[in-house]
Amino acid sequence: MDVKSVRGLVGNKLSFESVSADNGLKRAANMTADEIISQVIASGLRGRGGAGFPTAKKWEFARSEKGDSKYIVCNADEGEPGTFKDRLILTDFPDLVFAGMAIAGKAVGAEHGILYLRAEYAWLRDHLEKVLEWRRSAKLLGKGLFNNKYFNFDIQIRMGSGAYICGEETALLESLEGRRGDARNRIPFPVQAGFLGKPTVVNNVETLAWVPCIIEKGPSWFSAMGTKKSPGAWLFSVSGDCKRPGIYEYPFGTSLHQLLEDVGGEDAKAVQVGGASGLCVPPTGFSRTLSAGDLATGGSIIIYGPEQDMFDVAENFQHFFADESCGQCVPCRIGNVRLLDAIRKMRKAGLDAETERTLRQLTSTMRTASKCGLGQSSTKAFLSILDNFKNELPPVVGEAKATAAAE
Amino acid sequence: MEGQSPVQLEVERLIRVHGRNRTALMPILQELNRAHSYLSEEAMLCVSKELGVPRAEVYGVATFYSFLSVRPRGRFVIRMCRSISCAKQGKFHPVTAALMEELGISFGETTPDGLFTLEKTNCMGMCDQGPAILVNEDVHVKLTVASVLEIIDDYRRKAKAEGFGKKIA
Ligand SMILES: Cc1cc2nc3c(=O)[nH]c(=O)nc-3n(C[C@H](O)[C@H](O)[C@H](O)COP(=O)(O)O)c2cc1C
Ligand code: SF4
Repeated sequence: MDVKSVRGLVGNKLSFESVSADNGLKRAANMTADEIISQVIASGLRGRGGAGFPTAKKWEFARSEKGDSKYIVCNADEGEPGTFKDRLILTDFPDLVFAGMAIAGKAVGAEHGILYLRAEYAWLRDHLEKVLEWRRSAKLLGKGLFNNKYFNFDIQIRMGSGAYICGEETALLESLEGRRGDARNRIPFPVQAGFLGKPTVVNNVETLAWVPCIIEKGPSWFSAMGTKKSPGAWLFSVSGDCKRPGIYEYPFGTSLHQLLEDVGGEDAKAVQVGGASGLCVPPTGFSRTLSAGDLATGGSIIIYGPEQDMFDVAENFQHFFADESCGQCVPCRIGNVRLLDAIRKMRKAGLDAETERTLRQLTSTMRTASKCGLGQSSTKAFLSILDNFKNELPPVVGEAKATAAAE
Repeated sequence: MEGQSPVQLEVERLIRVHGRNRTALMPILQELNRAHSYLSEEAMLCVSKELGVPRAEVYGVATFYSFLSVRPRGRFVIRMCRSISCAKQGKFHPVTAALMEELGISFGETTPDGLFTLEKTNCMGMCDQGPAILVNEDVHVKLTVASVLEIIDDYRRKAKAEGFGKKIA
């Protein structure tokens, strides 16, 4: 399959187009691990997989662990509904990702890299294998990078098999080890005991792609793009009711207004920021900014036009969570199904105050008692829709009669 | 190697490629699933024995992942994206209807000739170009009623070229 044929629209100029992956890698090859890490610290780079953890800190933790067998895992599971930036990066800029993994390897002291590719992207596999093959032959991968016998790093591709939860880093590691994707307890963290119990750094595709750019152009080139608190730029996957869906790069601190204008979605009734596990923002919130302090996201932006039934959205996402829960813990396994039933019911017969109280209690239990991020954030979309669009529900059957009688 | 069934031979070949350890379980199941569209009981038992992984765990893994199946499926598994971002594309419903009508089956079913299975799947990362389907490992985007019918025809021709029908007959 020709991977470029499904590349889609890139709406503005991407920073990745202006760098060559291997200048950064070459520089890193001549740097010490400390130097690499201090450059990444100075850039302020944070993870792009959703949690926004400072990348250099993660690397430092893994570096300080003893042992000569460590792993760098690139998380290409990209399962959050409405996210497809990693797909574009793997299509157009795979060299950046692989160079980023090798640089991470040098910083951490790891010689093995694994790219965990979601099954839905199996059509990208041949393309990626070819790039890996080319890199090996060019001494950019494998034994002795740049003919330096102390710099060894190779990458293998492992496939997922269709499970959203395997994007969660500990579930991903379980899957790599040949198990069900059941999220692990944290402590130990993957940086301490990850793949096969060895120190493992798990980073998102985009996080890794920024690394060689930062090393080549310097940390201030990167941090100058965003705000003081959220330095850098970000790729956004924009879909839904707008004229120009596609991939857009923005510096942190960009407002939703600006984004909507650029993509031709000015008449939006709401914007879903962060996918199914993100927030649904009504027009009163369109001046909010995309940044670590305000609307932090994994880069998914779904736009809902005036015609959209918002509880159709809530039901669609709730179905997604009920389907994708790994089933290990009760609040998530049962809670998401209960919530789905309740949404279906309220779309027909409205929502009375008593039921609403119970449901809110349920969501708070799910948020606090679930083991991993899936269960903890699976109520966000529903709650933000309930808070902002409750008027779209039909009147409660009994209440409608009561109001009619009173009038 | 007399007395070995084709499945045993196949599993042994896969073990030579991927290794005889627990981390090889997923790649081996994935390849078996890819070759046969599903994991037969015989295949799972054989993998369990050869890798020394308890049967219950092999079955547990096989049933956890939505792209692995323990029930026979068609030569081509068509997965239609059901996420809201894809479903929002205006042509979504006509395309779904056209697919069901052309194949004469609903979601979760396989055509009587064993050629196609129709399934729904969660976001496949094609939200900017929906409606989208995956057919086995290939993705098709920006579907219209006309293009989806053409795609089905292409796969029918492909199956014919493989001599697919003859195998069952
Ligand atoms: C349910 C769930 C799904 C996730 N899916 C992904 C994913 O598809 N891709 C990803 O990079 N991170 C995903 N994450 C976040 C990862 O657990 C992890 O934080 C991330 O890969 C770390 O990389 P980063 O620091 O570069 O962001 C997910 C988390 C949760 C809780
Ligand atoms: S919160 Fe949900 S997905 Fe996470 S471990 Fe519990 S059941 Fe599994």
